Amino acid sequence: MSVVIQAEHISKLYRLGQVGTGTLSHDLNRWFAKIAGKEDPFAKIGSINDRSVKTTDEYAWALRDINFQVNQGDVVGVIGSNGAGKSTLLKLLSRVTTPTEGKIKIRGRIASLLEVGTGFHPELTGRENVYMNGAILGMTKQEIKRKFDDIVEFAGIAKYIDTPVKRYSSGMYVRLAFAVAAYLESEILILDEVLAVGDAEFQKKCLGKMGDVAHNEGRTVLFVSHNLYAVSEICNTGLLLVNGQVSYSGPIKNTIDRYLKADNHSGEIVKTHKKGILWNGILNRVDMEDLKPNEDILFKLSFTSQNLDLQNVMIDFNLHNENNINVTHSRSKWIDNKFAVKPNTDFEVTYTLNSPKLAPGRYFLTVWIYHGENVLLHIDNIAACTINANNYFGSSLFLDEVQSCVVPSFTISKVDC
Amino acid sequence: MDLKPNDASVEKWDNVIGEDAGVFSFNIKEIWRYRDLMGMFVKKDIITYYKQTILGPIWFVLQPVLTTLMFVVVFGNIAKISTNGIPPVLFYLSSLTLWNYFADTFNLTSKTFIDNAPIFGKVYFPRMVLPISKLISGLIKFLVQFALFLIVWVYFIATRDSIHPNMYILYFPLIIIMVAAISLGMGIIVTSLTTKYRDLTFLVTFGIQLLMYATPVIYPISIASPRKQFWLWLNPLTSLFELFKYGFLGNGVVSYGWLLYTVVFSLVLLVFGFIIFGKVEKKFIDTV
Repeated sequence: MSVVIQAEHISKLYRLGQVGTGTLSHDLNRWFAKIAGKEDPFAKIGSINDRSVKTTDEYAWALRDINFQVNQGDVVGVIGSNGAGKSTLLKLLSRVTTPTEGKIKIRGRIASLLEVGTGFHPELTGRENVYMNGAILGMTKQEIKRKFDDIVEFAGIAKYIDTPVKRYSSGMYVRLAFAVAAYLESEILILDEVLAVGDAEFQKKCLGKMGDVAHNEGRTVLFVSHNLYAVSEICNTGLLLVNGQVSYSGPIKNTIDRYLKADNHSGEIVKTHKKGILWNGILNRVDMEDLKPNEDILFKLSFTSQNLDLQNVMIDFNLHNENNINVTHSRSKWIDNKFAVKPNTDFEVTYTLNSPKLAPGRYFLTVWIYHGENVLLHIDNIAACTINANNYFGSSLFLDEVQSCVVPSFTISKVDC
Repeated sequence: MDLKPNDASVEKWDNVIGEDAGVFSFNIKEIWRYRDLMGMFVKKDIITYYKQTILGPIWFVLQPVLTTLMFVVVFGNIAKISTNGIPPVLFYLSSLTLWNYFADTFNLTSKTFIDNAPIFGKVYFPRMVLPISKLISGLIKFLVQFALFLIVWVYFIATRDSIHPNMYILYFPLIIIMVAAISLGMGIIVTSLTTKYRDLTFLVTFGIQLLMYATPVIYPISIASPRKQFWLWLNPLTSLFELFKYGFLGNGVVSYGWLLYTVVFSLVLLVFGFIIFGKVEKKFIDTV
């Protein structure tokens, strides 16, 4: 198989903080270094890209020494947590900006879709915008003309095609924009999170179209998304980025597994008390990755108390899904469960949900520990568990088919009267 | 997909990102490939200019007419600046038609990067497509206004004896090319610098106004003293405006020396503009 994209040692340096102050002096410094034949004096001090660690450096590497190859016909899912460098990598590949170091070699025409509807002008009609957007994405007038009817049909807005797009509903706008992109003719297609648009029906249509593009037309696709289900459905290989470096690359299933294991599960600490409680994480995290919908869910949470000696401490839990919708809310006060905290000791709290029958997907936990009115600890977005889409009613569900937060088992019976 | 680059493959690549393209990275073939896009940008400029207006394309000509009338009142009647016997309406209209082309093109191209950052941040096409499309849509607007000028011009030729068109009218295409070159050159230099040093955007609006007074737009150069004339000639637009007025109205100063200076000046400006634009277009999205 022939290689269509070859990335060699690519790195990207970004300036942190206020761009524009002191640039003149830095520019002069750089220029002096350049004529003296030295290295860029500001490139050395950059730290690695870990947004949670505060740094005094003015520069940071968004990507550092990335190497990979993509073969003809590969459908590559690029995954990683927020700020891992996914978008930067796609920006480099789509030639929006250039790498600080290294080279990317490309064979074939590349079309990138980092956003739907780039260059749409509100005053122009749908028809005019199709031509405009197509041309921006690199199509010629002839190509667009040939596909125009398909595009309009796919978007399903034939009636409004000669109306200015400023009069469109946001759904119609997005449909038209995606339709143009879906009919791009290029050997390599780069997609960034564009699936997160439109209603469920249209999302499914987009997903299906992307599957077609990838599997039937034999095109090379690079796809960035947080929707792991979509990634696993469409892609055959994966590239896992962690802090701007390639952490793993290989078959998509292995890549997703690695990602889930390496992901930062510990959540964000929203509030602490000065004589508070330290958060250590979920002890049984690894077991929580592949839960069946009907089983009890049991979280073992580990904490360490500091200078605290309190009676009647209470704890509340919220569990929310990827769309930030709360699916459970549990307060210890309802079941009259209070506990005592002794100073400087480790303790474990177990939170059990009895057969919650949650819809498949990833779930996140929010925890509050408080004493009277005093919040001792508040942690948000703890990656808690994943409910597998398999084994529902003996078959596997498609994530976009489920429109609810819970999926209780059900029966339907029909009687002729 | 492998992690290690395969060094053995010494094959041909269509595109290498991150390779230093040298000082002059202007790729005319690539721009030609995107000519449909250029056409779309021009069409968009023209259509959106008058969409949802009652007068529609009439606005293209209304603007210079109103400015000309204002100039006639302010500079002709109140300040009483000489127009060397040319009817003030014709004099101001001729200079304004040409001046508007320069000012509009310069103004629009000087905002290329900042105005289009959202598009540039999402998709690649040769960045030069945009300023060139502004140049073309400016040219179309100019031709409409020029047609208005021709009507007024023919009317005055028929009714007055003070206008003497001559063979220098044949320089018209050269004048247009030179004005386009200067405005494009200045525009792309300014837009390249504004990506980092935003201060320049304030200077442009102000600078265009000042430049108008340093160009023989509202006055013929012949009314300035010889010493001041020298400074005015240093402005590369001066010889073009004088040549234009000499050809069409028979009143102006033609200097081949200064014309040559203008040609050299605009070529140097353009080449310098392309170099700096080519350098900035690759990375500007990180600093804009």
